[in-house]
Amino acid sequence: MFNILKSYKLIFYFFLLIILFFLPVLFSSSFILTLFCKMGVLVIFSVAYNMLLGQTGLLSFGHAIYFGLAGYASIHFLSGINNNYLPSMPIVVLPFVGAFIGLILGVLIGYLSTKRIGTAFAMISLGFCELVTALTLIFVVFFNGEDGIQADRVTGNEFFGLTYGPQNEVYYLILFWCIVAVGIMYLLTKTPFGRMCNAVRDNQQRAEFVGYDVRKIRWMAFSLSAMFAGAAGSLHAINYEHIGFESVSLVQSGMVLFMAYIGGIGNFLGPILGAVSLTYLDTMLSDITEAWVLYYGIIFVLVIAFAPQGIAGLILMHEPIVRINPSLLKKLMFPYLVFLSSILLLVIGFTTLIELVHSLKSNHSHLIVYWIKISNANFFIWIISVLLGISGIIACRKSYYQTKESWNEVIEKIKLSLVK
Amino acid sequence: MSIEVLLFIIFNGLLYGMFLFMLSSGLTLIFGMMGILNFAHASFFMIGAYLGYQISLYSNFWIAIVLAPIIVGYIGALVEKYGLRNIHKYGHIAELLFTFGLFYIIEEIVQMVWGKSPVPYKVPELLNFPLIQISGMAYPAYSMFRLVLSVLIFLAIYKVLSKTKTGLIIKASLTNPEMVAALGHNVPRVFSNVFGFGCGLAGLAGVMAGNVIGTEPSMALLLGPIVFVVVVTGGLGSIKGALVASIIIGMIQTAAVSLELNLNNAFKYLGYNIDINSTLNHFTSITISQLSPIVPYLLLIIVLIARPRGLFGKRDV
Repeated sequence: MFNILKSYKLIFYFFLLIILFFLPVLFSSSFILTLFCKMGVLVIFSVAYNMLLGQTGLLSFGHAIYFGLAGYASIHFLSGINNNYLPSMPIVVLPFVGAFIGLILGVLIGYLSTKRIGTAFAMISLGFCELVTALTLIFVVFFNGEDGIQADRVTGNEFFGLTYGPQNEVYYLILFWCIVAVGIMYLLTKTPFGRMCNAVRDNQQRAEFVGYDVRKIRWMAFSLSAMFAGAAGSLHAINYEHIGFESVSLVQSGMVLFMAYIGGIGNFLGPILGAVSLTYLDTMLSDITEAWVLYYGIIFVLVIAFAPQGIAGLILMHEPIVRINPSLLKKLMFPYLVFLSSILLLVIGFTTLIELVHSLKSNHSHLIVYWIKISNANFFIWIISVLLGISGIIACRKSYYQTKESWNEVIEKIKLSLVK
Repeated sequence: MSIEVLLFIIFNGLLYGMFLFMLSSGLTLIFGMMGILNFAHASFFMIGAYLGYQISLYSNFWIAIVLAPIIVGYIGALVEKYGLRNIHKYGHIAELLFTFGLFYIIEEIVQMVWGKSPVPYKVPELLNFPLIQISGMAYPAYSMFRLVLSVLIFLAIYKVLSKTKTGLIIKASLTNPEMVAALGHNVPRVFSNVFGFGCGLAGLAGVMAGNVIGTEPSMALLLGPIVFVVVVTGGLGSIKGALVASIIIGMIQTAAVSLELNLNNAFKYLGYNIDINSTLNHFTSITISQLSPIVPYLLLIIVLIARPRGLFGKRDV
């Protein structure tokens, strides 16, 4: 049974690869291609981040340092090639420069900060993040203050005729690096080093007792994670041909934390899922509404409170059921449907309310919510959205317990069949 | 250094330090007691400033300074009761992440209600006159009022914690919550009250400082990390430590801001002159006052690495 699942997985990944390869043919608009490029970069970044948070159990508020500074270095490298004081080289190797910068910084900062764990570690990383952000604004000659720096990526040797001028060539560059980096990081989790990272996260004392130097393992994980973050930062710089101080700041660090956590830090696929879905939401929502950061924050808080394993955790929760008795999934269908529709009710009510409040600050009295044009002067609309929201809360509470009940029933059955 | 500069540093450092103390003393209690490093603490400060503005718009400043901290305190207690308490089982990291999300939510809500630009929150007319002059600088009565009030608040907290039975219970729950619960005290409620009280203190700091430093949605992001510096440097749960750390940081910051020295001056003193057009000049011409924003973070990192229990803490962070 398990082998069938495994071969399904292989077929799935194979098709995913083919789809990814032909995406630029399917979507030729540059807007969507840029979105895909952004997703690819952030997938590498959040998987690298999760190497630290999920695998080793270290919460960092300063991972954008490696991402951003590697980006700055790459832009300087590019303009160095442009101005002929650096040897010409194909752009495809530029992420090595970023990875190298990330690794150096990771080794240095990691040496200092991995002395502590938990909250103290998080605070040290926050301190470094603020320190570097302040420094980028002080050393104008290298960072050019709030404007940031830019360079032309169409340079260097033409590698098999690739100029990296058109966006779809950049897409393939990012896709290539994405597969390579994520692949290496996946293989790393399977090595003894990856296992020891998990051991350090779960039980430091026992890991120490087995004879490992836990600090060294944390330090190594930190440095490697910073290295991959650096490669991602380099690709980010190539993609936008520009980098600014906001990419080393707490905002960028918070972004990658959101992505990894909402996607699910307990599973390797989680950060990938989180990066793809949140980048999509980010791009789409920021066009429609001004309050998208608020939605972001609310989703994050709700995930922490109710689904600490993230989206991936919620999906993979069903793996034993699929493996042992897939017909039991039918029993869950109806409660899930009820629960999802009550969530929908809640979402419609509250988003309408938030958009209404938001529109009070702007000059327009009309706004479009869910393709319907409404007026914020209409008192009736306010009442309806409040009622929708409240009924959504009540429905959610009720259906949550019912869903939990039927979930427990199914799990009991699975356990029984395992015993037999 | 002239005596005037010294007086300037001492006085402004004291003012800034007492402001930092007001801002972070609440978090010192919360962090020491529950181990929750509330990322949103500065957000409660911001809510305090905005509520202070809103209430003084409808009535006056004196009602705002009483009412706004109470409202902020209640909001804080509600957050603890319905949010943090449920997350407690997932550990301190999850709690920290929760407050990090809360920080974003509060900033967005404030922007939604009051807009993105600063609001005109004014110093009360009654106290808006120069009271004393020190070395050519006039200090308004309002900053004296802030100074006196924050000293009084320090004394009040210190007395309550060290002399009353309430303080005894709080301190006991700080070190040994199970034992306090076994003796029949409602520890979750004590936690809730302390959290609310800490947020209320931040709110009070907001009402008092919002009209001086400017009330705008980014103030939480600007001040948030500095709060941690004070709490960590002072030591876990030590109100005395928070006071000393605040004043030290205030003095260092003010001193750094007022020193226009750079490495060029040092080289000149040693007999070298740096060419103004050289690349090196970009680095040596940076003055200490330009570097002053990094001082607190440097302090945070050094304290956490070298002495995680801070100045007066009894446990490591």
